[in-house]
Amino acid sequence: MLAQSDIEYVTVTVGAQTFGLPIGRVRDVFVPERRTRVPLAPAEIAGLINLRGRMVTLIDMRRRLDLAPLDPGARPMAVGVEQRGESYGLIVDAVGEVLQVSAESRDPNPVNLDPCWSRVAAGVHRLDDRLLVVLDVDKVLDVKLDALAA
Amino acid sequence: MDELLRDFLTETHESLDVVDVELVQFEREPNNREILAKVFRLVHTIKGTCSFVGLPRLEALAHAAEAVMGRFRDGMPVTADAVSLILSTIDRIKEILEAIEHTAAEPAGADEDLIGALDRMAEGMLMPAAPKAAPAERRDDSPLKAATMRVQVDTIEHLMTMVSELVLTRNQLLDIARRHEDAEFKASLARLSHVTVELQERVMKTRMQPIGNAWSKLPRMVRDLAVELGKEIDLETHGSDTELDRHVLEQIRDPLTHMVRNAADHGIEAPAERRAAGKPARATIWLRAFHEGGNIVIELSDDGRGLNAERIRAQAVAQGLVTEAEAEKLGDAQVHKLIFTRGFSTATAVTSVSGRGVGMDVVQNNIDEIGGTIDVKTQRGRGTSFTIKIPLTLAIVSALIVECQGERFAIPQLAVVEVVKSETDAEHRVEPIHDTRVLRLRDKLLPLESLRTLMQPAPLAPVDAEDGFIVVMDVGGRSFGIVVDQVLHTEEIVVKPLSAKLRHVGLFSGSTILGDGSVILILDPNGAAAAIGLPLETTSITIERAPEAKPETEQLVSLIVFRAGSAEPKAVPVALVTRLEVIDAGAIEHSGGRAVVQYRGGLMPLVSLGTIKREGRQALLVFMDRSRAVGLAVDKIVDIVEERLDIKVASRAPGVLGTAVLGGRATEILDIGHFLPQGFEDWFRRKDMRAEALGRRVLIVDDSAFFRTMLVPVLQAAGYAVATATGGHEALAMVQKDGRFTAIVSDIEMPEMNGFELAETLKGNPRTAHIPLIALSSFDAPATLARAREAGFGAFIAKFDRERLIAALSEPAPDWVEAA
Repeated sequence: MLAQSDIEYVTVTVGAQTFGLPIGRVRDVFVPERRTRVPLAPAEIAGLINLRGRMVTLIDMRRRLDLAPLDPGARPMAVGVEQRGESYGLIVDAVGEVLQVSAESRDPNPVNLDPCWSRVAAGVHRLDDRLLVVLDVDKVLDVKLDALAA
Repeated sequence: MDELLRDFLTETHESLDVVDVELVQFEREPNNREILAKVFRLVHTIKGTCSFVGLPRLEALAHAAEAVMGRFRDGMPVTADAVSLILSTIDRIKEILEAIEHTAAEPAGADEDLIGALDRMAEGMLMPAAPKAAPAERRDDSPLKAATMRVQVDTIEHLMTMVSELVLTRNQLLDIARRHEDAEFKASLARLSHVTVELQERVMKTRMQPIGNAWSKLPRMVRDLAVELGKEIDLETHGSDTELDRHVLEQIRDPLTHMVRNAADHGIEAPAERRAAGKPARATIWLRAFHEGGNIVIELSDDGRGLNAERIRAQAVAQGLVTEAEAEKLGDAQVHKLIFTRGFSTATAVTSVSGRGVGMDVVQNNIDEIGGTIDVKTQRGRGTSFTIKIPLTLAIVSALIVECQGERFAIPQLAVVEVVKSETDAEHRVEPIHDTRVLRLRDKLLPLESLRTLMQPAPLAPVDAEDGFIVVMDVGGRSFGIVVDQVLHTEEIVVKPLSAKLRHVGLFSGSTILGDGSVILILDPNGAAAAIGLPLETTSITIERAPEAKPETEQLVSLIVFRAGSAEPKAVPVALVTRLEVIDAGAIEHSGGRAVVQYRGGLMPLVSLGTIKREGRQALLVFMDRSRAVGLAVDKIVDIVEERLDIKVASRAPGVLGTAVLGGRATEILDIGHFLPQGFEDWFRRKDMRAEALGRRVLIVDDSAFFRTMLVPVLQAAGYAVATATGGHEALAMVQKDGRFTAIVSDIEMPEMNGFELAETLKGNPRTAHIPLIALSSFDAPATLARAREAGFGAFIAKFDRERLIAALSEPAPDWVEAA
């Protein structure tokens, strides 16, 4: 019964923050190489790639979280997730580990959290050494369609 | 929902659709015992199954209907009222079924009204003798049942997805193979390629459904409409078994229903009016479907009053779709097309039948979405005929790969009319009007926009169209030009839909994975037209539709027209050219009387008909074979045309196959086989030696001298010794004399003895039966494919598809070793 109160996350780093993605939603982790730009797409869309024959739409998490772009030389990683049968890749700075945390350690989003972050976060876990912001995959994928001007 | 119930629903739906059709027929022919028996059996089956699955409401309804049907069977006269009542009952059954589909249980409700009426009718018709229950009918166990099985649509869709993946992986492997020399690997790959093609065809076939499924409800609808409108209408359908892709079928269902409704409501006159016009009171609506080339054609015609051009003109002006002055200038045929304009409606009264604001523009849109076209022809007082043409399938389409700012895009070939080089010379030129540009193409003016601008609408940088190609497109009669930097090649692409996050980007309709694994976007011709700001109204008026499609037997050949050495235009088939390049002449190195240029990590020799430029830009036609490339330097690439090639083989000069008339000008068709060895002296020799060593000989049979001459260098380059024959009889004579051919590549359409007859004769003779046969044709209707297979051909290749031809030839078969 202990397992029920434990939640497993795949941790990723974007900027200085560690985030957690519910492990059940993570399909795979890959290097997003040979991206194809999609003209006219929202700025958060980092392009399309062919992942073993699967068409994956990439989401730039730095854009999504309103952070400065990654250094051009850096090699970001991508976490594969699915929504309604479609494949997406969330581009993050780095992928960490699989972390098991107790559900009790979760707090709701702090009220003063940046609204841009609040929209995609589903609470914060208090870890011993740091805070783990939980990402709500569906909200992350809810890319504003009118963001064309960006 | 349990399996049993789902099966029941599916089966009952099918049965009910049949009953609808049969009953309408029955009403017209009340004495046709056969139809009656059929209908009775169907209703009875429904009743039986209902009681078995435990659906009392349905069972009671079916039972009451069956009783009335039983009376008919006993010889009672069939009245329109009775048929109407049974049809209402069937409607009620359908309602209940629909509810069951959603809730998995019968909805609450009473059917006493119908059951009462049915019972009364049965009573009223009661003969003194027969209060008997209907005899139980045995269900037919036709042998067909064992040969078919029901498969979930999802399963087929999934299978199709997997096949698409397989095609992509195959393309990737072929791409790798092109860069490596490994015979063993290539042989297996050729086999894989072959199997993949076959698998793809078969799976696509399973997605096919007869078009009759889309119009099974129409007879009933027309019958009801006729009653409601007080008209007499027959619906005749032909070609119900014509098959088309499931997706396409779904898309076409509503437009068809709408159009038939329109025909019945607006097209067909009341009986009195018809009689006054000297026509039979009973009107007919015809629905025909048939295959034509890669398209399915659906014709919907009626013998009604025809379109009234004057009224359409007046209405269009009244609705502000065109100005009075514009309307005056329009010919009748153009006026008729106004009915496809958004917001157009001539229905003076909104009837319950049509005129609810859903117009022909919606029909046109639906058809546009599946890459189809619609046309209308009409004759006052005689009737109207609509012709819809749609492609057979949508999952795998032929596309033109273009480049813009270093990025590649695919443009569906269906929408591409031609590709012209953008220039400022006579025949087609780009001219500015204020801050926009138009293309003056022959006698038309087309709106023009560069793909670059379409993709970056914000900064309005002045775009120079000097350097690039113009892809002329036609979308439902709207023509326009898109400027791209390069036109690379055409490829069969597997369409992958865009994810939900990208679907609103109207410029692209999907994406695809190319052979090298890269992802490219597919330009949506409709989206591009909209982005250019092309409303349907203006263009359908100013721009004539393309002329009628040519008969399928005529062989259209795409040719690149260019100038080189002299002023006369020259041409080569596009299929032989791997790429068109424009390079900086400064990059050309001249050494020892030979010109070479660095190309794709190697040195590519250049050959020319005149001189190779020392400065400026040099246009090249690049011919590639395996890892080798040769560039043919030309002065100017003029055009890419698709024409029926009527070549006069009169090889006066070396390197010229002959002269053909292209676009009204005498054009020399070049023999590429003459130029390639100039680049690599051993282009053929190297392979000839190998060919001799292996003794691989191929016989080409084609009545067209052009194709014979064109195929010889292609096959020689692939390492075969080649012999040619001009027809079936000559081929037979050659095989009888010396049958040691590795394979025979034959045309299908030939005079005297066609390819089928040749194949059958060869396969019928034990001495020649072992020789693999490859059919070569531009005519790839499924029936032809089947016929070719039956005749003994092992492969069927489209003319000009050299890669597949070579792949088919290199497929190892035991017979081949024996022949060698």
